[in-house]
Amino acid sequence: MLNYLLFIATIGSIYGLLALSLNLIWGGAGMVNLGLAGFFAVGAYASALATTDAHLPIVAGWILALAAGGLAGLVVTLSTTRLREDYLAIVTLGFAEVVRLVAANEVWLTRGTDGISGIPGPWKALLGSDFNAVYLLIVLTILALVFLLMRRIDRSPYGRVLRAIREDAQVAQVAGKPVLRFKAEAFALSAGIAGLAGALYGHFTSYIAPDLFLPLITVYVFLAVAGGGTGRPAGALIGAYLLMVLLESARFLVELVPVISAVQRAALKELIIAVALILVLRLAPGGLLSERVPAAPRLPMEGKS
Amino acid sequence: MSLALQALVNGLISGTLLAVPAIGFTAMFAVLRFPNFSVSGIATLGAFAGYAAYAAGLELIGSLVAAFAVAGLVGLALDRTAHLPLVKQGALPAAIASIASGLVLENVIRLGFGNDLRGFDRPIARDLHVGDIRVSPQQLETMGLALAIMLAVFAALAFTRIGKAMRASADNPELAALKGIRPQRVAMIASFVGMGLVGIGGMLLGLDSSIDPLTGARILLSIFAAAVLGGLGSVPGAVLGAFLIGIAEELSVLVVGSPYRTAVGFLAILVVLTARPRGLLGERAF
Repeated sequence: MLNYLLFIATIGSIYGLLALSLNLIWGGAGMVNLGLAGFFAVGAYASALATTDAHLPIVAGWILALAAGGLAGLVVTLSTTRLREDYLAIVTLGFAEVVRLVAANEVWLTRGTDGISGIPGPWKALLGSDFNAVYLLIVLTILALVFLLMRRIDRSPYGRVLRAIREDAQVAQVAGKPVLRFKAEAFALSAGIAGLAGALYGHFTSYIAPDLFLPLITVYVFLAVAGGGTGRPAGALIGAYLLMVLLESARFLVELVPVISAVQRAALKELIIAVALILVLRLAPGGLLSERVPAAPRLPMEGKS
Repeated sequence: MSLALQALVNGLISGTLLAVPAIGFTAMFAVLRFPNFSVSGIATLGAFAGYAAYAAGLELIGSLVAAFAVAGLVGLALDRTAHLPLVKQGALPAAIASIASGLVLENVIRLGFGNDLRGFDRPIARDLHVGDIRVSPQQLETMGLALAIMLAVFAALAFTRIGKAMRASADNPELAALKGIRPQRVAMIASFVGMGLVGIGGMLLGLDSSIDPLTGARILLSIFAAAVLGGLGSVPGAVLGAFLIGIAEELSVLVVGSPYRTAVGFLAILVVLTARPRGLLGERAF
């Protein structure tokens, strides 16, 4: 039971990282990333290959995952930042598909659909049965750091520019903000965090395969952010843990349904999640924690004229 | 050489089939102003509705009508309840909701039919040979049906009151409303016909091979690529885009092998968006 809770908490925290990543661009800059699962996969594979085939230390793998995710994000945005958001939605969705294709077919690199097993966990042999607890602490530490960074961005002038772009990119441009650079930076940072989350996932379960990075993950994360509250890092985090509760209760719930096959159970579970996302978007568009926009700092000269 | 020629012919055929759902998707975008991702689920629904009708003894045409009607009605209901109320907040929330509703459809079908591959029980006929090129009579039949449907759509857009109203609304909704065109009605027709065409597309593409709950998800990128390539919201553009994507996909099989077929659509989108962001024919609606 304890191990189960630790497992759920760790996976929930990894979803928390993904939710923070999505919140930065969706809540922050009003951009969308339907290929979150793809960036998640890029990071997972980068770190797994670096630590198994190239025998690099795990920390190096994680840094590499962050960089690989960010770089992929930069490539994807560069062709679309000038365009409307609906194009970015389509391109990112395609990106995730292509990542999965490459992972499934470039057997020389990724071992194809067999996946990569034996991804090392930090001090796994040494820790034995304590591994899960220690790993949870590591993930929580990273999550806390990313959360603080996100809150810092949220309240900084940088975050205000992102929000200005979200509300009206043209006005932001006229006000002299380099909109394209801000968008590309935010997207790359967001994609990098998703990559890091992927690496943390791989080193936790020690196994990754193309089938683990289905578009469904992206839907989960959208549910987490929409439910928790877009535009608020704390909301995204709460959303991620609530998502975990929902996922697990859905799993138990479908077990209770008699006379259906395993395929039907899985279908029913996906159905519940998809309906939940529609309901949240329709009925609670602001999410649990609504956005808090801090007042702009007053200029010293204001009000004297 | 003959391999390339064969690929070209195959590409023309699959491009014709792809054009039908691409027209549906792009027409919906032109009027409703959000990318409707539920087309993946709708295409699958159409394929299964057509399959059920065909298995129940309907002729091919009757089954296509069934695919159109079921996909159109369900699509209209989804647009009304789940997608369009969110457009007020922007295109993105609506797009995200449409991903979810596509997933709902896919899983409802999975609940009912399971994951097995199903084939339309079509009569087997000998391939026709022209020189080195092989074409099956079924391919010609489905291609002919797709062409007829396309012609009907173009004729409806050009000559009927509803078609003209749709074009006007897509071009300038305020002006159209001012002229007495009811936007609500136009939106509903766009949903119904657009989704219906996507449903037919799912069935046409399934006729050739087989169908399963992921049928629509597999062609989603090709549909998007066709629409973006031609210019999102442009119906002739979608047709042109579908032919180009169909041919490029078949030719790519010769170069990089069949696993990367779907990557062609993604690459085409990236290239077009970088070089000519408004698509080949521009974003003007029709």
